[in-house]
Amino acid sequence: MKQLSPATRARYFRRQLVDRLMGGLCMLAAGIGLVLLGLILWMLFSNGLGGLKLSVFTNSMAQPGADGGLANAIVGSLIQVGLGAMIGAPLGMMVGVYLSEVGKESTFASVVRFVNDILLSAPSVLIGLFVYQIAVEPFGGFSGIAGSISLALIAMPIVARTTEDILRLVPQAYRDGAVALGSRENEVVRKVVLPAAFGGILTGVLLAVARIAGETAPLLFTSLGNTNWSTDMTQPMASLPIAIYRYAGSAYDEWVSLAWTGAMLITVGVLVLNILSRFSHAAVAGKTEG
Amino acid sequence: MSTPTASRPMIGARRMHVGDTAFRISLHVAGAIVVIVLVSILAIMFLGGRLAFETFGLDFIWGSEWNPVTQVYGALPAITGTLVTALLALLIAWPIGFGIAFFLTETCPSKLRGPLGVAIELLAAVPSIVYGMWGFFVLAPFMSEYVQPWLTATFIWIPPVGDSFFWFTAPPIGVGMLTASLILAIMILPFIAATTRDVLLSTPQLLKDGAYAMGATRWEALTGVVIPAVRGSLFGAVFLGLGRALGETMAVVFVIGNAIRMPDSLMAPSATIASVVANSFPEAEPGTLDLAVLLGLGFILFVVSFGVLAIARLLLHQERMS
Repeated sequence: MKQLSPATRARYFRRQLVDRLMGGLCMLAAGIGLVLLGLILWMLFSNGLGGLKLSVFTNSMAQPGADGGLANAIVGSLIQVGLGAMIGAPLGMMVGVYLSEVGKESTFASVVRFVNDILLSAPSVLIGLFVYQIAVEPFGGFSGIAGSISLALIAMPIVARTTEDILRLVPQAYRDGAVALGSRENEVVRKVVLPAAFGGILTGVLLAVARIAGETAPLLFTSLGNTNWSTDMTQPMASLPIAIYRYAGSAYDEWVSLAWTGAMLITVGVLVLNILSRFSHAAVAGKTEG
Repeated sequence: MSTPTASRPMIGARRMHVGDTAFRISLHVAGAIVVIVLVSILAIMFLGGRLAFETFGLDFIWGSEWNPVTQVYGALPAITGTLVTALLALLIAWPIGFGIAFFLTETCPSKLRGPLGVAIELLAAVPSIVYGMWGFFVLAPFMSEYVQPWLTATFIWIPPVGDSFFWFTAPPIGVGMLTASLILAIMILPFIAATTRDVLLSTPQLLKDGAYAMGATRWEALTGVVIPAVRGSLFGAVFLGLGRALGETMAVVFVIGNAIRMPDSLMAPSATIASVVANSFPEAEPGTLDLAVLLGLGFILFVVSFGVLAIARLLLHQERMS
C-alpha cells in the first residue's frame, strides 16, 4: 500500500466501504425476513396454544359458551383437500409428463407450459368465482364437491410444474436404455422415468397439498362453510380456513381464540408438509446424482 | 422394473402401438385441459360480467361512484386500491427481497445458507389468511398506536394531490391502504427473495470470477457484471411478485378497511378488486346486476394479472433460453 497515491488509497477505502455497507444492509434484510417469520410464528403459538384442548378436535363449531370446537372444519378440510389433491395431482402429473416427455418444445407444449405458469400464480379468488359459475350456480347450491374442484384447479398447475422440472432431471440414458431393451413409449415413462422421479413428484404433490390446505378465498365461493357436522359432499361443507375467517372477525373472545388455534394448526400442518417435501426431494436428488 | 420385451415381434413396430396411442392421447388431453381452464375462466368472467359492461359501459372502469343502493357501480376506487397497494408493497418488498437474495448467494456463511433459505421458503408457505389475522390483530393496532400518528405529524407538510388526496393525513384507525401494503409486502417478500436468488444463482460463475479477477468487490461484481447479465430475469421476479400482490385476497380483506370509495389518504380505509369480490359476494344473488358487477371486476383483475404474469414469464423465460 506504500506506493499508492493518497487518491488511489482513498478510492480503495471508499470501494471497500460501499461493499461492506451494502453487504451489511443485505444482512439486515435477511435479518428482517427471519424476524418476520419469528414474529408470525410466535404470535401464532402464544395466541393459539392456550386454546388447544381436546374439545377442539372432538366438538363441532357451536355458539359461544357451548364449548365448541373445530372438528367439523378439520374433517371438512381433510375431505376437500384430499379430494382436491386426488383430482388435481394426477391431472398435474399428466400435464408434467406431457410437457417433459411428449410435447417438449412443440408449439402446443409451449402454449401449455406458458398457460400453466399463468395458472400457477393466478389469483385464487378468481378460481373460486369461476367454479361458482360452473359448479355452484348451475347445480343449485354450494357444495363440498365444488370446493374440491376449486382446490384441484389450484393444485394441478403446481404438480404439473414440479413434475416437468423433476422429469427433466432424469438422465436421458435411462430412457435410451429402456428403449434399447424394446420398451414402448408408455412403458418407458411408466416403468422407468416415473419411478426414477418418484420422490420429486411426491415433493410437488406435498407442496400442492400444503398450498391448497391454506386456501380460503376459493372456498368462500364454492363450499361456503358450515357450522354443523357434515360429510355430505353435495352440501355446504366446513373448512378450517373458512372457520378461521368467520371466527377471527367475530366479537366473541372464545371464537377469536378458536380462530388463533385453527390458524396455528393449519400453519403447523403446512410447514410440516413443506419440510416433509424437502426430504422426498433430497431423496430423489441423491438417487439421480448417484 | 418389467422384463425386457425382447421377444416382441418387430412386424408393425413402426405403427403406433395401441397403448402408446392411448398414452399420447390422454397426455394431450391433460395438456389441453390446462388451456381450456384458462380460456373458460376468461370466458365465464366476461359472459357473467357482460350485464355490468353493458349497463355502465366505460364508466364501469372509470366511474368513481360505487353505490349498491342506487345500483351505480364504478370500479375505479377498487382498481385504484389494487394498484396502489400492490405497487407500494412492491416498493417496500423489492429492496429487502433483493438484499436477502444477494446475502444468500454471496455474503452468507455457507453453513447459514441452507437453513436461511429454508426459513425464507417457509415464510412463503404460510397461508394468506394467517397473514391477514396477524395483520388484523398485531400490525393494525401497532400502526394506529405508533406509526400513523407519527407519520401524520411528520409528513403533514407534503402537499396533497389535487385538493383531495392528503398523503398521510387521516384518522389513525390502523386499517387502510398503508397497512394492507405492508402485509402484502411481507407476503411477497419471500417470493421475490426466492426468485431473485434463483436468478442470481443462474449467473455463470465465470462472469463473477472475471469481475473478481479484475479486482472488483462483491458489490461491484454484482452491480457491474451480474445485474446487467440477468436484468430481464430480475424484472421477471419483480413482476411475479406484483402479480401475487394484485390478486391477494384474504390478507387484504382483514386490513384494508373495506370502504369502496376513492381514497383520500394512504392511511384511509379502501378496497381492492379482490377484497370487493370476496366481501360483496355474500350479498350478490345469482342473476342480479350485483353478481354481474363482481364477475366483471373479476374479469378486469384476471386480464391485469394475466398481463403482469405473462410479462414476468416472458422475462424469466427469455434468460432461461439464452
